[in-house]
Amino acid sequence: MSVIKVEGLSKVFGKNTKEALKLLDQGKSKEEILKETGCTVGVNRASFEVEAGEVFVIMGLSGSGKSTLVRLLNRLIEPTEGSVFVDQEDLAKVDKNILRRVRREKMSMVFQKFALFPHRSILENAEFGLEIQGIEKEERSKKAKESLDLVGLGDYIHQYPEQLSGGMQQRVGLARALANDPDVLLMDEAFSALDPLIRKDMQDELLDLQESMQKTIIFITHDLDEALRIGDRIALMKDGKIVQIGSPEEILVNPANEYVERFVQDVDRSKVLTAEHIMKRPATINIEKHGPRVALEIMKEEGLSSIYVTDSKRNLKGYVTADDASEARKNEIRDLNKILKTDVPTVTKDTSMHDIFEVIHNSPVPIAVVEDGKLLGIIVRGAVIAALVGEGEVKIDNA
Amino acid sequence: MLDFIAKIPIAEFIEWLTDQITDTFSFLFNPIKNQFGDFMEWVADSLSAIPPIIVIIIVAALAFWVSGKKFGLAAFSIVGLWLIYNQGFWEELMFTLTLVIISSVLSVIIGVPFGILMSKSKTAENIITPILDFMQTMPAFVYLIPAVAFFSIGMVPGVFASLIFATPPTVRFTNLGIRQVSKELVEASEAFGSTGSQKLFKVELPMAKSTIMAGINQTVMLSLSMVVIASMIGAPGLGREVLSALQRAQVGTGFVAGIGIVILAIIIDRFTQNLNTKNAN
Repeated sequence: MSVIKVEGLSKVFGKNTKEALKLLDQGKSKEEILKETGCTVGVNRASFEVEAGEVFVIMGLSGSGKSTLVRLLNRLIEPTEGSVFVDQEDLAKVDKNILRRVRREKMSMVFQKFALFPHRSILENAEFGLEIQGIEKEERSKKAKESLDLVGLGDYIHQYPEQLSGGMQQRVGLARALANDPDVLLMDEAFSALDPLIRKDMQDELLDLQESMQKTIIFITHDLDEALRIGDRIALMKDGKIVQIGSPEEILVNPANEYVERFVQDVDRSKVLTAEHIMKRPATINIEKHGPRVALEIMKEEGLSSIYVTDSKRNLKGYVTADDASEARKNEIRDLNKILKTDVPTVTKDTSMHDIFEVIHNSPVPIAVVEDGKLLGIIVRGAVIAALVGEGEVKIDNA
Repeated sequence: MLDFIAKIPIAEFIEWLTDQITDTFSFLFNPIKNQFGDFMEWVADSLSAIPPIIVIIIVAALAFWVSGKKFGLAAFSIVGLWLIYNQGFWEELMFTLTLVIISSVLSVIIGVPFGILMSKSKTAENIITPILDFMQTMPAFVYLIPAVAFFSIGMVPGVFASLIFATPPTVRFTNLGIRQVSKELVEASEAFGSTGSQKLFKVELPMAKSTIMAGINQTVMLSLSMVVIASMIGAPGLGREVLSALQRAQVGTGFVAGIGIVILAIIIDRFTQNLNTKNAN
């Protein structure tokens, strides 16, 4: 069952919004509308549904309207047109009292720059939502403490925000949002202000929490890695418009249009990850010393279906497969050269992730990373996928 | 060429207006003049009745406390207040202090709500800003004239003139302080379902506090300068000593009374500033 259903939601900033909406209907672009009416289109006819317990990521570059869109959901920004249904109620049309009730009980928000109240202690910050609801001091402290415990800040309740690191501050932001026990969490670039390692920790933690909480999360980000890591579904925005909604796989494999495709590629390139980052030390055999029997033995030990063959100077010669090697052993062939395959998929250590992806796609064996004919390492499919999802694993493998 | 129209009777109009206001609101002005005047007399008399040594000790102790356990301000207060006592201006000091405290408190009570109003409404801001400019740029002496018309002479018209002159900084700084509260914090309080007054009291005013305190500091200092000028319409205090010294060309007496005002100004200024930094921490 969908918790939030958004239909034709639009926001036009400016005075002549009616005219601008008319032009939008005629399919005019954002620039044309700005020129003709002086209005800026923030969000253009967004429609989507978010299921209960789903992590729905809205991704786009800056200026794509994603932050506006999330603010339309809880009406921090008044929609120009369209509906936001939460439990059959159209938030875009309800009166102030109902809106306030929904904000207090059903939707909480986590902000990019944390938006903690500097004059309040951590506990008082976490209590804020409950205090607004007029809940008794004792009960709200108890709930706020529980939610601070949940994010691992139970010992910091009497500190003040400026005494905590960025990551911890955002935990407080999260705890403040969770203390209300909302159905929906709106997270506006919640982790974007954190440095990469902390960001990854927070993503992990959010996923862990989500396991047990099963909240409906709407997560805004400009970071494809982040979107892929945490999103059950991803909506891609451009110029205020949602250009594609789909699972991470769908977005990567079937980009809906050129924009999405470029986005996916750009992100790959921007990661500056190359073969060097994700290769592993290979198990190899020496063609000058070993025969099929040794090859088979090593493959069995390492659990491989093929193995790379080098000479004593680690010059890459080719690979043998387990099938060929056992065939050779049966037929008493001693010379590896007879079963050596030389159609090796190779890349250099500077090959980008995107290009590796193309090579590994059609390759039955791991890719060899070669420099001046010497084998430096191999890349297995799993490493590529791990690298696509987040750089963290790659660094660990590398270490 | 420029005489295409006879002189516009602005002065006559203002006089007429002042008369009208005096007549129409005399039912209001007279009790204020009497009751409020009596109240201020009582406050000043009570302050004067406290033995000076006790006042000095209390002020020094407070100074020590507000300046974060430092001795500078406390020492200055002791020496400064003693000097005023030594010169025989203690009672005048108490009158001036009464005037400053009462007019500052009233300025803040009136100024903060107007500042809040301005911060919440662009229209209010557009209307109030020029009025504040007018209030601050008009020579302070001009306010003394209607003040006398409304409240005759004494402390009450002094407070009235001081209100007009000293309230603007509090209004301006309150407006500024609230408008400067970061947008994300305001959004956060709204996103959790705050009502307007919850937002104001739990987020905006606490966040704007130090800016508002800076405005209040200005207001207090302007009040002090105004109550000195108000001696011209019979407000008692150190200002009156300066005035009478001026009229009799007594350089020495005028200087000593002036020093008394300076000492009071410094103590009040440091007190309000320190209160502000103390709050900020």
